[in-house]
Amino acid sequence: MAEPGELPVVPVVVGRADLQRVIESLLSRGYRVVGPTNVNKALIHDDVSCVEDFPSGWHDVQAPGAYRLKRNGNPDELFGYAVGASSLKTFLYLPSQRLWSVNKNDDRLQIAQEDPEPRKTAFFGARPCEVEAALIQDKVLMQGPYEDSHYRRLRENCFIVAVNCTSPAETCFCASMDTGPKARSGFDLALTEIAGKKDHLFLVEVGTEKGGEILAEVPHRPATPEETNAARKLLEAAAKKMKRSIETSELPSLLSRNFENPRWDEVASRCLGCGNCTQVCPTCFCSNFEDSTSLDGGTAERRRRWDSCFTIGFSYIHGGSVRSSGKSRYRQWMTHKLGNWVDQFGTSGCVGCGRCITWCPVGIDITEEARVIRETDIRKKSGGMEEVRIR
Amino acid sequence: MTAISDPMEPVSYRVESTRKETSDTFTLHLEPTNGGLSRPFLPGQFNMLYVFGVGEVPISISGNPSEKDRLVHTTREVGAVTGAMKNLRKRDPVGVRGPFGTHWPVDESVGSDIVFVAGGIGLAPLRPALYRVLSNRHHYGRVVLLYGTRSPDDILYKQEMRKWRSHFDLEVYVTVDRASERWRGNVGVVTNLIAKSPFDPHESVVFVCGPEIMMRYTVEALHKRGVDDEQLFLSMERNMKCGIGLCGHCQFGPEFICKDGPVFRYDRVAGQLDMWEL
Amino acid sequence: MKTIEDLLGDHPFFEGLSRDHMALLSGCGKNVVFEEGDDVFREGQAANHFYVIRHGRVSIDIRSAGRDSVRIETLEDGNVLGWSWLVPPYQWHFDAKAVLLTRAVALDAECLRGKCEADPNLGYEMYKRFSRIMMDRLMATRLQLLDLYGKD
Repeated sequence: MAEPGELPVVPVVVGRADLQRVIESLLSRGYRVVGPTNVNKALIHDDVSCVEDFPSGWHDVQAPGAYRLKRNGNPDELFGYAVGASSLKTFLYLPSQRLWSVNKNDDRLQIAQEDPEPRKTAFFGARPCEVEAALIQDKVLMQGPYEDSHYRRLRENCFIVAVNCTSPAETCFCASMDTGPKARSGFDLALTEIAGKKDHLFLVEVGTEKGGEILAEVPHRPATPEETNAARKLLEAAAKKMKRSIETSELPSLLSRNFENPRWDEVASRCLGCGNCTQVCPTCFCSNFEDSTSLDGGTAERRRRWDSCFTIGFSYIHGGSVRSSGKSRYRQWMTHKLGNWVDQFGTSGCVGCGRCITWCPVGIDITEEARVIRETDIRKKSGGMEEVRIR
Repeated sequence: MTAISDPMEPVSYRVESTRKETSDTFTLHLEPTNGGLSRPFLPGQFNMLYVFGVGEVPISISGNPSEKDRLVHTTREVGAVTGAMKNLRKRDPVGVRGPFGTHWPVDESVGSDIVFVAGGIGLAPLRPALYRVLSNRHHYGRVVLLYGTRSPDDILYKQEMRKWRSHFDLEVYVTVDRASERWRGNVGVVTNLIAKSPFDPHESVVFVCGPEIMMRYTVEALHKRGVDDEQLFLSMERNMKCGIGLCGHCQFGPEFICKDGPVFRYDRVAGQLDMWEL
Repeated sequence: MKTIEDLLGDHPFFEGLSRDHMALLSGCGKNVVFEEGDDVFREGQAANHFYVIRHGRVSIDIRSAGRDSVRIETLEDGNVLGWSWLVPPYQWHFDAKAVLLTRAVALDAECLRGKCEADPNLGYEMYKRFSRIMMDRLMATRLQLLDLYGKD
């Protein structure tokens, strides 16, 4: 995690040829290195052992309900794309996590906490939006009155090499959510790829001591002002490229007073309640617990599994679900993500990664829904459409 | 709160006794398997109770906070876990996680009149508060219990109810929704009791617990009597899985019922109570 | 010794009525006592009175062949018993029994109906008050119908 004030502030530069040393340095320390890879024309987080495992030369074309990988103009560019369906959440807040197993012994329940030291995982290629999402999940899972100890153990044993976004997808809106395209904190190392015709370089920022230790084993030199400038320009251009945005001012009160806005009925007519959005969203944390028994009945275990507020049973009490209509469930998800989350945890729950837009089978766009709610705000005094400002 | 080591791990208790209260309601008395004292709790809090291999449910604690060697829970049989609980015998183990949640501000209301309005099994989470008040009786003014339930057979804690009625400094009014001709007490909704019972709305702190519909109409009746929103407390209920604010199930608007509740001052949730399918 | 007019005047149901109207009403009233267990009226009987309960408890029961009557409501001090006297065919739809010793003022229905016909203002005042009672009873009955404390 970032420890400001104690680290080299001047960015350095690592050449493409030396990038492999980062991976080797991590592997030699016993890290499992995970990064984006091209599996069947989709970006999947998988084990990487060398720089060639990254999907160089590929770019993701994303739109509501659509995802394709296409070749981009520069076949050597390692990170010329945005995000795939999965995020750090898949590795830190496991889809299925055993909590404990228990034996029944006469009048006693004996908990067996098997907890092999979790494997250290290094993420190479984490996007600023998912780095920020991990920080948001930290608030939820570790900074409340109670914490999730399994998440904490995985989180404390991870290393993050963030890669700033120079090629956002059409569904990205991290700039308006103030979470990208440049990572500001939450990383051990942050890279910006400058894949020029002459040089292929990576501007590197060190975020933590751990990051500094790894960098020490990689050939590097201080960045020139031109290189720093080039990186900055790339990121500014990336931010400008993003066409989508959410106006975030006073979202919690906007959403809560528009509880009866007819727009919810309109979305409900499209939403399938499939819950894809909650699976791909890097901040969604809703979970369920399953208790199961061994075949001989002697041992039972409890697992935590990802759950979704879109399931009909999510809000079940006393013979019925509180949120039985699809409309109420979509409304709950969006209002929580953009509104209640702020009251609960002090930040928005949305990092603007656009995954929910891309992976929605019917292409519901959260930025569009937020815009329409604001335009049709029941409290509007004037009759006309409010202009949406992009930050 | 930090006394609990891992809040997801149940502590081993065992059944000391079970008591049938009505046709579908029963009370479990639990003691720590290792003996000694059980975790102290405040009136209004709940535990997550785990039946080996079956599952876990949230149940309000309904015992006396000053009885430190046991945990008492009254519950209704409504599903697999509570069904399994009903069949537990002495010495059967039960996993306990808790106590969790906010409490009835009993100690904080010293000097006021206290009115308990209970509907059905809502009496169970209120009982610890009543015990606490009775153990410090001289610190409070008038103490009134208004209790409505389905029928005379469904009256909870019948023996204790008789004892409470015999206190000279506790006013107990019971009503049922229907009865046979052998019942010579009140018949009618509990909101009727509110209109008629003698308490000073300006001096009273009111604790309400019962089905949500009953609580809504009770609040209406209390408002008619002139009770202030800041003197009114409810206990809310939603689907709960973790009990510690990490699984997202119990959200009620921005509130997590498990950690911001279940006891809420009325003005905090007044807006949400009117929002259908919130 | 309190007159009928005094007793009715004490009762919240008649609050706001003019002196003249109170005098008119009291002319139809008399003091009654029901011992514990007495029938006040039975289903099917002519609704000749309505009762202003001063003290005690009266139950509203529905009879059922072969089983105990179902007690659906009790009325106590301050309640008014009976509105079938207002609506033709002026017959009781339920049984009413004194569960405890009950003192009441019984107001003669025919007398009162006559006075209301003659003085529509009095009639209006009565209807205002009775419609309020019917609304409260309907609300309460609906809540009882929900069987709120039932399983689901």
